[in-house]
Amino acid sequence: MMKDSPLYTKSLSIGYPSIQDHILLDNLNLSLYHGQLVCFMGPNGIGKSTLIRTLAGSQKPISGEIHGIGNKNVAVVLTERVNAGMMTARELVNYGRYPYLGWSVKMTEADQSKIDEAVQQVRIQDLLDKPIHELSDGQMQMVMIARALAQDTPVLLLDEPTAHLDLNNRVEIMNLLRKLTKENNKAILVSTHELALALQTADVVWLATSQKSIRVGMPEDLVLDGTFDEVFQFKGFDLKTGRVRQEPYRNTGVQLIGEGHAYLWTKNALERNGFHIDPNSSLTVKIETLPNRLSLSTHLNNETHTYQSIAELLSRLTKT
Amino acid sequence: MNFSLKSWPVYIIGVGLLILFIANISLGSIQIPFHKVFYALLGQGDTQDTHYSIIWQLRIPKAVTCIVAGAALSIGGLLMQTLFRNPLAGPDVLGLSSGASLMVAFVILIGTSAASYLPTVNPWSLALAASFGSGAIFLLVIAVAHRVRDNTSLLIIGLMIAAASGSLVSVLQYLSKAQDLQAFVIWTLGSVGGTNWSEILILTLLLIIGGAISITSVKALNAWLLGDNYAQSLGVDIKKSRLKIVLATSLLTGGVTAFCGPIAFVGLAVPHLIRLLVPTTNHKILLPMVMMGGAALLLLCDILAQVPGSSNVLPLNAITSIIGAPVVIWVVMRSKGVKM
Repeated sequence: MMKDSPLYTKSLSIGYPSIQDHILLDNLNLSLYHGQLVCFMGPNGIGKSTLIRTLAGSQKPISGEIHGIGNKNVAVVLTERVNAGMMTARELVNYGRYPYLGWSVKMTEADQSKIDEAVQQVRIQDLLDKPIHELSDGQMQMVMIARALAQDTPVLLLDEPTAHLDLNNRVEIMNLLRKLTKENNKAILVSTHELALALQTADVVWLATSQKSIRVGMPEDLVLDGTFDEVFQFKGFDLKTGRVRQEPYRNTGVQLIGEGHAYLWTKNALERNGFHIDPNSSLTVKIETLPNRLSLSTHLNNETHTYQSIAELLSRLTKT
Repeated sequence: MNFSLKSWPVYIIGVGLLILFIANISLGSIQIPFHKVFYALLGQGDTQDTHYSIIWQLRIPKAVTCIVAGAALSIGGLLMQTLFRNPLAGPDVLGLSSGASLMVAFVILIGTSAASYLPTVNPWSLALAASFGSGAIFLLVIAVAHRVRDNTSLLIIGLMIAAASGSLVSVLQYLSKAQDLQAFVIWTLGSVGGTNWSEILILTLLLIIGGAISITSVKALNAWLLGDNYAQSLGVDIKKSRLKIVLATSLLTGGVTAFCGPIAFVGLAVPHLIRLLVPTTNHKILLPMVMMGGAALLLLCDILAQVPGSSNVLPLNAITSIIGAPVVIWVVMRSKGVKM
């Protein structure tokens, strides 16, 4: 197995030799594989960035081995923002070819075609002539990813590429990385705090624990065996349902009749407001999905009311 | 934007440099008819003529010193701005010139108390002492810069280092003889007029060495702009390239400071003025452009210092500061925070 891995570690310990309690993560035996997207998760300060820098070769390990370090094998996208005034996106992407260039940084046609390919994969053609300080955070991240792709390495390491981005950009980046593993057979490691996104896109999750170890597994397995709960110590979040836990503080059950998305979102609103769903309750809420419009009605003791929206329904229910 | 060395800003600077060179030689406290300047430059004319010897023994050495010193200081400034990723870095701002001054003060005020004025000091020892002084300060600033990450702290520390070495210089001044002191004080005002051909030769050699080190470091310099971590991930040997940049900057700054005094603001201002003309971050283009721009700026400053049409000569530093200070203010205003 290990032979096929473009980047793997043996008994790796990482941290800072200059500080007393210096080992952050200990005795790591990790492998990245072609075609696999690995999401690396764990609480803040546990050593995610340190591991990524160590795997990239810019920080020395305390002990152990890493096989596959090298700028023609591993490309990185780090958290530090590149800030170099008049540099254009094109110039930034060009840096990806640096490991292959001589001292005078003269690019060949082959270099140029690698760059064009990277630009097309990330679809940033329109950004190329913009100065990088005019790019949004999301655009900047795409340019950095194009730069890493231009480096033409089997392995990509990305340190929190979705931090500070809105949901759309986060999804776009994770989908892009997923596409790169499947279509280009890249081995990709992404550190992230985006639990929901990681569970839906990762092939494998690395979970850093407070015992200085990393648990490796399929996201679904780690959810069901409780590893996630153990690591993150969720407060009010039920990972197995993927939802925030709601207290039914009103002690009022509602029998909800309906189907589809309208059913789910009505249930969501009821639960958030302290009701619980009870099929035996005498209070009934009926949802009918008419063309172009929603019709809700309550039925209690032969008394019927109808509503145009969930807000109307709830303002009635919470009054009584 | 991809600029090559064949685009119009290059020609503008090239032609400007030539015009300023001829203007610098033509203008001065003694009026010389232009046709005499022209013939003298071509090596024709009456060698016994006073005008001819003024041109060849005073004005041309001065103009050549302007070109070499301006180019050297500007490369030094560009290298420092890139290394620190800080647009306000420059040989004088971060104390390199002060370090060189301190060593020059040692050589002038103590080492040669028997000698009464500058040119009797062995020019090589002066240049090397000054380079050593600026190199030592540079390493000190780098060590400190490693601990503070923000621009403002770095600049304040640079100012403090400059102040500390300045106070050592004043102690030396206090202890030295009046005639040495006068030579030293005149030196601190900055001058391109006092150099002889052997000093110009040394300065030129230092420029060639420093320039060659810089040109061969183009890849590392470009990569430095992304920060140490990215530079390393792109295959740049951080320690080696940092050492090369320190060496080049120290030789360039030290050499100029030894012979022309601590010339202010040129190293800081020229890279910004050049970036206005050629908006690129590629050092393969920036380095030659900055060399030409620095040479042109110092020629211009020297022309202004001669106060054309009068026989007064102003200290060179008065002029470079009047041009340089607004550039710094503009850089800070333009970028709100300080960017490069």
